Amino acid sequence: MVFWKEVGLQLRRVPKSADICLTQSRRHFSSRSWTNTGITAQRNVAPRSPQQWQHNTARRAFSVSAQAAHGHITPPKAGEEINITFIDKDGTKIDFQVAEGDNLLDIAQANDLEMEGACGGSCACSTCHVIVDDPDTFDKMEEPSDDENDMLDLAFGLTETSRLGCQVLMTKELDGMVVRLPTMTRNLQASDFESK
Amino acid sequence: MRSHQLVVRAQCTVRLSHRPALHVKCLLSRYPSKRFNSHVAQSNRPPRVAIIGSGPAGFYSAYRLLAKREDMLIDMYEKFPTPFGLSRYGVAPDHPEVKNCEDKFMEVASSLNLNFVGNVDVGNDLPLAALKPHYDAILFAYGATKDKELGIPGENTLDNVHAARAFVGWYNGHPEHRNLDPDLSGETAVIVGQGNVALDVARILLSDVSTLSKTDITEYAIEKLSQSRIKRVHVVGRRGPLQAAFTIKELREMLQLPGVSFDQIPKDVFPPDSVISGLPRAQKRIMQLLGKGSSNDPKTSPKSWSLDFLLAPDSLHGSPEHPDHVSSVKFSCNELDPSDPHSPSSKVIPKTSFDGQRDHVDIPASVFFRSVGYKSLPLPGIEDLGIDFDTQRGILPNDGFGRITSLTNKGKPEDLPDGSLISHLPGLYCAGWVKRGPTGVIASTMTDAFTTADSIVQDLAKNGDSKSLLHSPNQSSGLGWDGVKAEAQRLGLRPTSWEDWLRIDNEEKRLGGLVGKPRVKLDTWDTNIFHEIIGGGIIFH
Repeated sequence: MVFWKEVGLQLRRVPKSADICLTQSRRHFSSRSWTNTGITAQRNVAPRSPQQWQHNTARRAFSVSAQAAHGHITPPKAGEEINITFIDKDGTKIDFQVAEGDNLLDIAQANDLEMEGACGGSCACSTCHVIVDDPDTFDKMEEPSDDENDMLDLAFGLTETSRLGCQVLMTKELDGMVVRLPTMTRNLQASDFESK
Repeated sequence: MRSHQLVVRAQCTVRLSHRPALHVKCLLSRYPSKRFNSHVAQSNRPPRVAIIGSGPAGFYSAYRLLAKREDMLIDMYEKFPTPFGLSRYGVAPDHPEVKNCEDKFMEVASSLNLNFVGNVDVGNDLPLAALKPHYDAILFAYGATKDKELGIPGENTLDNVHAARAFVGWYNGHPEHRNLDPDLSGETAVIVGQGNVALDVARILLSDVSTLSKTDITEYAIEKLSQSRIKRVHVVGRRGPLQAAFTIKELREMLQLPGVSFDQIPKDVFPPDSVISGLPRAQKRIMQLLGKGSSNDPKTSPKSWSLDFLLAPDSLHGSPEHPDHVSSVKFSCNELDPSDPHSPSSKVIPKTSFDGQRDHVDIPASVFFRSVGYKSLPLPGIEDLGIDFDTQRGILPNDGFGRITSLTNKGKPEDLPDGSLISHLPGLYCAGWVKRGPTGVIASTMTDAFTTADSIVQDLAKNGDSKSLLHSPNQSSGLGWDGVKAEAQRLGLRPTSWEDWLRIDNEEKRLGGLVGKPRVKLDTWDTNIFHEIIGGGIIFH
């Protein structure tokens, strides 16, 4: 019985912070805008409306606490907002205004973009792989560390301008940056059926 | 067009999605008949999926399924009382960050739609046939339960010859391997195989015990390792540096181990600079790192290791004094196929002397590990579902998207984009190592599990929600675990629930807190908490 009492107490404590995180993250990004880049013309991606978005977040019940656990982002001060655009796997463009010092994984998770951080943002996997759209912006960024490059080596769809989201901290110099989430769709290949 | 019950249920899920849900959930799962109203009209009932295995493949599949279908009800079967598979028992204790994926798994399991059924070994304790009538789809994610053998003389007869898998299980508290008791009183260890598991074993053998003791490594392993006299480790491969399977992170760690030097790789086995500069990025970086080696001076480092290339194990030998205990390994020398020596897929040919005899090398070994890969086995009874296990590749035959296919065309024929035919077995899926073979990191398993989950969701949508994939329309009871439970009870099984695991988890963390470790794994089931949970019945065998 003592155990259950403990569990009960612990459980009661969690949602408070979860709620705070959640409302914070919602408040800051009320000015999201949705545009369809049309880059995945074959798939006929329809632009999603904010209403649909709301529906999605409500539907994915258990990922709510994910934001509590990972998406710690700070509200940008007025006049110090940094603009960033994500292009998700469907080719949909989403703009955010964020604060200096937040990393791309936290920003993506706080906004329910489809980006995993399997290792919790500790640079021990490659699931938060992003592709910087503009090579000049990539050159403006700090060089990735050996550890980050080691993980990027295992990333699916690695490019010349690939980074790990958890290792990219937002700075004023990166204002207006566009990053793409790599598509993980694969087509059947003959090698799938071969003996190795 | 959902029934009233389901709408209410969905709202509950949202409201209960924070951790407090657990408390309510456990009340419900103690009386599972209330978990789901079985009198809901069949045509409107949610899809029921059984996942066999609760490692990364099982959990990432469940995560994706629930993200795509909020109404799906999943029962996850696990043969051990505790979840997480290789994340708990395979990931090295000094890589705690890799286990952070468990945070996500905990969240997924806190969903009311996922029901964990631990301590039930499907196929062995509970026949697969008992599951089939109650599900719409079955997803196999049970991984690779065995390891590949070398098949050389001495492997199964000499003492202190171990599977790397067993050694990994031993230091991680795997219930099947906790009694391994390797003899580390000698000085030289030989590991055959050059993948990440081999480097894990080497690293654990060469690491400073004071570093390891702060991890969740088992106490008995720390005790044994602190008495270890191993100071030289050979990691031996059949092919060359470019064909080695380890990844760069693990190699870098080995090259940075304090007090451990690395033997420079001889020039004649190392690819020339002209080849390295033309390699793809990942291979190029590994070769550059290997070429650089370690900055630790062999003269001042008490321990050392080497990567030994182009050696195929021939036989294991004892010494005249201890004929039953391994003391050396005989290797046959190879050379890279001169027609294509510098690609990751290069083959080797036997290396012979001028007189035409095969060259051999002997390496002393006071302990020996084979680490040439894991292997999946067919689950007993899968043939009753029409599945022919691919024994050659050691996987469940599938279409690359996780749909299990029939090698003998027993299934539903479908066209592939390239025009060929494939024979699907409807309602049967696989993910993880049992799907694509035992390679890749957790991130690869995640991608792979997502692919399979997407296939299931697609197939359900295509089939019309009222129809079960596994059965002809409306032939599945749709009861899931509620339908299976009676049979499990009859067989005397004592399942553990998610709440049981939370109690174990809590206890492990509490014990860890007392000794400055993240957790102390309860590696035997002979502890009070297990007796409390399972009532002192049979737990493990």
